[in-house]
Amino acid sequence: MEKFARYSGVVIPINRNNIDTDAIIPKQFLKSVERSGFGDNLFDAWRYLDQGEPGEDCSNRPVNKDFVLNQKPYRTGTFLLARENFACGSSREHAVWALRDFGIRTVIAASFADIFYNNCFKNGVLPIALPLADVDWLFARDAEKGPFTMDIDLEAQTLTSEDGNVYRFEIDQFKKMCLLEGLDDISLTLQHESDITAYENRRAKEAPWLYPDFGA
Amino acid sequence: MTGKTLYDKLWEDHLVREADDGTALIYIDRQLLHEVTSAQAFAGLRDAQRKPRRLVTNLAVADHNVPTTDRSAGIDDPVSRLQVETLDRNCAEFGITEFDMADPRQGIVHVVGPEQGATLPGMTIVCGDSHTATHGALGALAFGIGTSEVEHVLATQCLVARKMKNMRVTLDGTLSEGMASKDMILAVIGQIGTSGGTGFAIEFAGSAVREASMEARMTLCNMAIEAGARAGIVAVDEKTIEYVKGRPFSPAGELFDTAAQAWRLLVSDADAVFDVEHRIDVSTLRPQVTWGTSPEMVANVDDVIPNPKDAPDEGKREGWSRALEYMDLRPGTKISSIAIDKVFIGACTNGRIEDLRAAASVAKGRHVAGNVKQALVVPGSGLVKKQAEEEGLDKVFIEAGFEWREPGCSMCLAMNADRLEPGERCAATSNRNFEGRQGYGGRTHLVSPAMAAAAAVAGHFVDPNQL
Repeated sequence: MEKFARYSGVVIPINRNNIDTDAIIPKQFLKSVERSGFGDNLFDAWRYLDQGEPGEDCSNRPVNKDFVLNQKPYRTGTFLLARENFACGSSREHAVWALRDFGIRTVIAASFADIFYNNCFKNGVLPIALPLADVDWLFARDAEKGPFTMDIDLEAQTLTSEDGNVYRFEIDQFKKMCLLEGLDDISLTLQHESDITAYENRRAKEAPWLYPDFGA
Repeated sequence: MTGKTLYDKLWEDHLVREADDGTALIYIDRQLLHEVTSAQAFAGLRDAQRKPRRLVTNLAVADHNVPTTDRSAGIDDPVSRLQVETLDRNCAEFGITEFDMADPRQGIVHVVGPEQGATLPGMTIVCGDSHTATHGALGALAFGIGTSEVEHVLATQCLVARKMKNMRVTLDGTLSEGMASKDMILAVIGQIGTSGGTGFAIEFAGSAVREASMEARMTLCNMAIEAGARAGIVAVDEKTIEYVKGRPFSPAGELFDTAAQAWRLLVSDADAVFDVEHRIDVSTLRPQVTWGTSPEMVANVDDVIPNPKDAPDEGKREGWSRALEYMDLRPGTKISSIAIDKVFIGACTNGRIEDLRAAASVAKGRHVAGNVKQALVVPGSGLVKKQAEEEGLDKVFIEAGFEWREPGCSMCLAMNADRLEPGERCAATSNRNFEGRQGYGGRTHLVSPAMAAAAAVAGHFVDPNQL
């Protein structure tokens, strides 16, 4: 996984609660057996005026000009701003893949659904929960003064808006380290192989019905 | 020292190691796999030249993309077909047990698991599907994960996790005639909200849960995720043990008795403290119907569509307005006057035998209304279908004008050919009413099986008791 570096970019505001993963990437695109290629279909039903199909060339589709992803400079934004319970619903990791493929590396929201929140870290995308008042301020900032950029410094756990407002955020230190170092979780877990084996050997005695493969 | 909750016990039983900061490695006893969220995980294993750690813990079944009409010719849609064939190939290559599309045991992964005894009390169970919460009904810790985690569990049999908080939802009282656990869970979500359970494991308790059948408990746990909770759990009782007994993947003989003794301990201690508690008296509950695009937007069948002006806050006001626009509904409209175009009975929420019986008892001797273009009944598995046919339920449905289909996820999320057309309105027994969930531009109202059948024959929502 690519290391999560410090960067700046435009904030894309989608001022809604409960944006679900069906909206982020509709079901027809889940038929892909690949991990990438979802960016053109991010928010497909909101972004285009027709019904999208997998594999279709999106450059000729009629776009919804009112939707933020179709407007300059948001279409090249790298931060997504939403409200409460972002990415609720289906566990589809395709939602993160679509955001990442579009170019979004940081999602700022008042709160996140648990499964999506976890999925982000596996793909080098950083979800940041900010207090509702700060989220309100950021939406107001965009609505009143137009598009703005943010700077993310994960090491320092700060977001800085172009007006110089600094937002400190909390993050699990293990997850932070994995993002900064671009670490593969599986390799990290396999470092504890002896703990796993010890657990299995103990548990196979306590609950042998769960270990038919361990012999008598 | 205070007692432990059931979740605390399940967590501790599976803790492999825990770092000082609370980051833990927990052991996974069962992984269920389906075609939509596994291909990339298998590809990841292959790329890294890794093998599944314990083959026997995995069980795969294709469900999301499968056609519910005649399958002898395979899957028409080449993209869906490739995904299902990819699962078949991956299972064959890695040596994982799979119920393929032609297998009589094939069905929705969350119906198949319990039915096969692949879901056992006290297990940790994961699947790349948020409705894995369903399996918690058997006293298991079950939750949905993403594809990277599917790969992680295949390779390591573990997940990196942090402990969730404990919530108890106590449902007391006796449901009135014609009401179901679907009405209970919709009412719970209406009360605590779609993110009320975020960060929690929800234990469903109370007399109404104790009285509920195993199938009804599965419906409750299934929709824990619609309240934001990754896991829903019900304590083990004799009903649980009776349910598990004799199933193909369940232990047998002496080993079963040993297991059952351990399973009987899977209850929250009397003095356990929950971080949050909710209580609902279900004896006054009325049939529930969702009217919006989030499961929390729910009302009694006798109510009217609420006015966004009455929403508790600005965020909800905006959400309600947007939902009403999408759903083409106006404040003040009686729920019972809303006419429907299609009906969908099935899904991991309500595709089990008891659900089909409830719907059939309403449909029996009646006929689907003229304004209803299609009423689908999609059993949750091949074995549910067989059982229903043995009971003659298929004939009841067919005579009433419903279509009797092959098992799968079907119109819950419309990855196969079963879907709503733009603007169509559906009474559905599934779990999500999100925009476009059942088809681009489609409008979904979540209801119980009895309500879905009642709406099918009346052409609009109606209290099943007042047909």
